[in-house]
Amino acid sequence: MDPIIRVHSVSKSYWRDSFEIPVLNNISFDVPGGEFLALMGPSGSGKTTLLNLIAGIDRPDKGSLHVAGTDIATLNESRLAKWRSTHIGFIFQFYNLIPVLTAYENVELPLLLTSLSKQERRRHVETALTVVGLQDRMRHYPKQLSGGQEQRVAIARAITTDPTLLVADEPTGDLDKRSADEILTLLDRLNKEFKKTIVMVTHDPRAAEKAHVVRHLDKGEFSQN
Amino acid sequence: MKVFKLIFKNALRHKLRTVLTVIGIAIAVMAFALLRTVVTAWYVGVEASAANRLITRQAVSFIFPLPYAYRDQISKIPGVDQVTFANWFQGVYIDKNQFFARMAVDAETMFDMYPEFVVDPAELEAFKRERNACIVGTGLVKQYGFKIGDVINIDGDIYPGTWAFVVRGIYKPRDKTTDPTQMLFHWQYLDERMRQEDASRSGQVGWYIIRINDPAQSAVVSEQVDALFKNSRAETKTETERAFQQGFLAAAGTIIGSMNFMSFVIIGIIMLVVGNTMIMSARERTSEYAVFKTLGFSAGHMVGLILGESMFISVLGGGLGLALAVPFVAGFEAVVPKGWFPVFMIEPITIVLAGSSAILVGILAALFPIQRTLRTSIVDGLRHIG
Ligand SMILES: Nc1ncnc2c1ncn2[C@@H]1O[C@H](COP(=O)(O)OP(=O)(O)O)[C@@H](O)[C@H]1O
Ligand SMILES: [Mg+2]
Repeated sequence: MDPIIRVHSVSKSYWRDSFEIPVLNNISFDVPGGEFLALMGPSGSGKTTLLNLIAGIDRPDKGSLHVAGTDIATLNESRLAKWRSTHIGFIFQFYNLIPVLTAYENVELPLLLTSLSKQERRRHVETALTVVGLQDRMRHYPKQLSGGQEQRVAIARAITTDPTLLVADEPTGDLDKRSADEILTLLDRLNKEFKKTIVMVTHDPRAAEKAHVVRHLDKGEFSQN
Repeated sequence: MKVFKLIFKNALRHKLRTVLTVIGIAIAVMAFALLRTVVTAWYVGVEASAANRLITRQAVSFIFPLPYAYRDQISKIPGVDQVTFANWFQGVYIDKNQFFARMAVDAETMFDMYPEFVVDPAELEAFKRERNACIVGTGLVKQYGFKIGDVINIDGDIYPGTWAFVVRGIYKPRDKTTDPTQMLFHWQYLDERMRQEDASRSGQVGWYIIRINDPAQSAVVSEQVDALFKNSRAETKTETERAFQQGFLAAAGTIIGSMNFMSFVIIGIIMLVVGNTMIMSARERTSEYAVFKTLGFSAGHMVGLILGESMFISVLGGGLGLALAVPFVAGFEAVVPKGWFPVFMIEPITIVLAGSSAILVGILAALFPIQRTLRTSIVDGLRHIG
């Protein structure tokens, strides 16, 4: 079976004023479908940058990125946006829910870009919120929820379109231990039960334990161990 | 759709800020409507003037009279259909604050020349038959409660003495641009008294009004009239009624011009108010808009979201402002001395201008936030703390 992610010789730098800040240096690796991959490494090692490239919200300077069967480095902005909406479910460290929308409406947001009817959307939203165990919090606004609950709503938002790939950037980084455990258990379930491919950036060794594969990034390169 | 709900929720996110912005727009639109109404009230006389009427006045100044004898001479000029004339009478009715136009006119021809003053034929006949009769406008009827048979006593100033006029007719303005606050009486009555009291002032006419057959000939006829009295004791200046009215307004022109200018400055102020609100909102939502883009929302969606919110606020403010402008303008009319502005109303064009300005403001205020949102990459947007 073809890998879901094929990263080949990817390099990326940022520019601050006229200084080049090299972030990723000639990275190559594959992720087969169904894998739960953890990316670890010190702060500033380029984990978020690599995740953003895979998720199609940033572009490499060099190299190719095949994700979910598409060479995403060659897509234009609007095609890339469309591609993201069908293939990627993004989970952020700080949840990034829209504060003026209820849990239900936040989860429904990505579905507004599909051709689903209102009833179909309702079914999807209710299913996603049931998976994360928040079916009784649908009418709540983000500020009426705990951090762990907010992150579960964010996960529901990420899975509601049934994307090919889930990417999570330090999903437990802002949570207490108990909430963090709940989130990790949930991601584990999504991987095992729903066969979701997951790429997760984390600092937390306990989070990495849930993953099948752990890759360590250091100064923009994979290190052995 | 769902998007409208989101726009609505976004707009009401900072309720106080939105309310203050909407009130700001509403006040500005109200002020705009009032200024425009004052400006149009000034120009209403010009708008109302007919293209086929010329005014002949004394060449040196409007305040010097012309001989009555000119009437026949003017009538004989080819292209002249009819000639009538009037004198500014003024006088004091009750007290000096009761200001409305009082004029001596030729009873036979005046209402024929000014069809915009609509008079019942029977009343007009009664007016013509009685030497000291007068006709008043419906505006004066409303203000002073005049009715047929009432006697109006006036203290003369330009024409000294006490004067009494009997109301024999009431004219209705044909449309909104016609002044409903004039009082018109027989020139012959005035002239008769002058002959007895101050013979040097009899046989004098304030100005002539000439109706011509073909408006295109106005310049030619005007020249002929003025040529006729060239080198006489009272040279004339003839121009179209429109040009005459404009000249009359020229003195106030600077003030009116600056009011006109101010009304558009106000539009600029609204733009800054809404623009400021939109820029603040967009800045606070930098990371949210990045999330929308991450989820796959397109540039078009972002434009719709920001523009929609901007339009929502400015149209709400504009609508509120226009709704409040009606009582506001009416209130203003009630406090300015009667007679300053015979015709004072919010013109449809003012409503159209205010409405389209609100829409324009909505669009312009959204431009900068839209440009900023589209230019900010998702990665930078997500990293934004704010
Ligand atoms: N948008 C950006 N502009 C400039 N520099 C950036 C940007 N994103 C990341 N960087 C820099 O790139 C390096 C790697 O960042 P990041 O991928 O966020 O690391 P990590 O997630 O491993 O902490 C850091 O030095 C960071 O300051
Ligand atoms: Mg990071």
